Amino acid sequence: MHIPLPRRSGAGLTRGLPAVLSVVSAFALWEIYVQISGISPLILPAPSRVLEQMLLNREVLWRNTVPTLQATLFGFSLSLSVAFVLSVALDFMPRLRRALFPIFVVSQTLPLVAIAPLVVLWFGFDLTPKILLVTLVTFFPMLVALVDGYDSTDPEIEELLYSMGASKRVVFRRARLPSAMPYFFAGLRISITYAVVAAIFAEYVGARAGLGIVILNAKNSFRPDLVLAAVVISSVLTLALFAATALLQRVALRWRDAKGDQ
Amino acid sequence: MTVLDMKNVGLTLGKTDVLADISMHVAQGEFVSILGPSGAGKSTIFRLLTGALHSDRGAITCYGLPLTRNQQGFAFMPQSDALMPWLRILDNVTLGLEVQGVPRKEARARALPLFADFGLVGFEHRYPAQLSGGMRQRAALLRTVLQGRPMQLLDEPFGALDALTRMQMQKWFEARWQSARWTTLLVTHDVREAVALSDRIYVLSRRPATVIAEVAVPTPRPRFGSPTPPDAHALEAHLLDILLTQTGDTL
Ligand SMILES: Nc1ncnc2c1ncn2[C@@H]1O[C@H](COP(=O)(O)OP(=O)(O)O)[C@@H](O)[C@H]1O
Ligand SMILES: [Mg+2]
Repeated sequence: MHIPLPRRSGAGLTRGLPAVLSVVSAFALWEIYVQISGISPLILPAPSRVLEQMLLNREVLWRNTVPTLQATLFGFSLSLSVAFVLSVALDFMPRLRRALFPIFVVSQTLPLVAIAPLVVLWFGFDLTPKILLVTLVTFFPMLVALVDGYDSTDPEIEELLYSMGASKRVVFRRARLPSAMPYFFAGLRISITYAVVAAIFAEYVGARAGLGIVILNAKNSFRPDLVLAAVVISSVLTLALFAATALLQRVALRWRDAKGDQ
Repeated sequence: MTVLDMKNVGLTLGKTDVLADISMHVAQGEFVSILGPSGAGKSTIFRLLTGALHSDRGAITCYGLPLTRNQQGFAFMPQSDALMPWLRILDNVTLGLEVQGVPRKEARARALPLFADFGLVGFEHRYPAQLSGGMRQRAALLRTVLQGRPMQLLDEPFGALDALTRMQMQKWFEARWQSARWTTLLVTHDVREAVALSDRIYVLSRRPATVIAEVAVPTPRPRFGSPTPPDAHALEAHLLDILLTQTGDTL
């Protein structure tokens, strides 16, 4: 039997309308201001000019988007895998958790401005340092989300499983892991937005290609319109990844949407 | 035949004496209730039986054998229904069998014929959040009896329900119990429930808990639906009296 979920698309459109309107009017105001004030495009280019430059330079921009996307996805996958494996280990070994957690917290206090050049110095101008920096930035939020998620498990559900003769491993798989899923997705949505920014920052510090390099070069040749073109692409990337995780969450946490649907 | 036997069981948790001296027994096919004020240590007794806690003093045996770490004598229904919100009702109900290693297909084949008796037909593929309180309790109960253990441990199964639903559930449960005769140990603080459902009742004191009374209920079944006989009324009043002196509130 299948429970029809309420159709959301129509409601979603109406809900998204204020956001779309505010963004569109912000750009419109910006465009109008630039046209009326006659400000130099070397200081503040109009949105129309940014769009125009995006089209003119689409090949260069695309060639530099691919490495950024790669660094983001590889770095984020690495971060996810390490965070998951470690979270399981920490869950089974509380003492390890007490020993290692301070180190992870310290890793979050390191200023990226200082660390990024060092990582590039150690690992060169290729993909590796970018992957590592994306991992460094996104790993801890994912680990915390998972560990907190395991701890959110209803103790009565655990007690029930133990009373059924379940081992610690079975309790983890059947209760602690599913309980952590809402936390996991909350962490995923937050860290995926850091990931793109971290990749671009790593490139900015030293790389052969990437949106960070586009921004660096455009800045050095006084082209704010190209800087903004790269910014637009990075925002679109982040939004797309965010949407993908939101969609994944909708599928994986279907049971939460079923609430109140008698 | 005695299924469960507890002799002079005592338990101290940290600095708190929770159980002072508990002795009780349950025979095959018998319905026994533990009645006691809140915080007396009723749920703690169940934790001893499920192996979550170990007693400091006394002896607990199941069919004459001491409880081992992975004993399989009891099916436990916790105080909340403890249904997993991410599993559909059918999967919640077969949980115990799957943990025991029964293949999913077989577990479902065993569970599905029971859905009618438990008033859950049509809800097999719903999530717990989509069920009413009474249905959730019936699902939790089905999950308990489906484990096929010699004895059921029910911790205030109707405690969280509204008064009307609770009465419907008690009536339904009496009928189910009469046809199945599960050996049952029920924890409750509801005197009427204990008198209506039990063969025997143990009354606990305040913490640290001891058994301060043991009474048999002679009233013939079914007890719901027919007018409450005067001896049952007298028994309820008697038990309530004991409990009230235990809560120690002298107004
Ligand atoms: N781990 C513990 N340490 C100390 N006291 C505890 C612990 N667990 C339970 N208790 C105490 O034991 C008493 C009995 O609890 P419980 O068995 O849940 O009572 P109830 O009869 O309401 O089910 C409570 O007063 C509680 O405060
Ligand atoms: Mg209790």
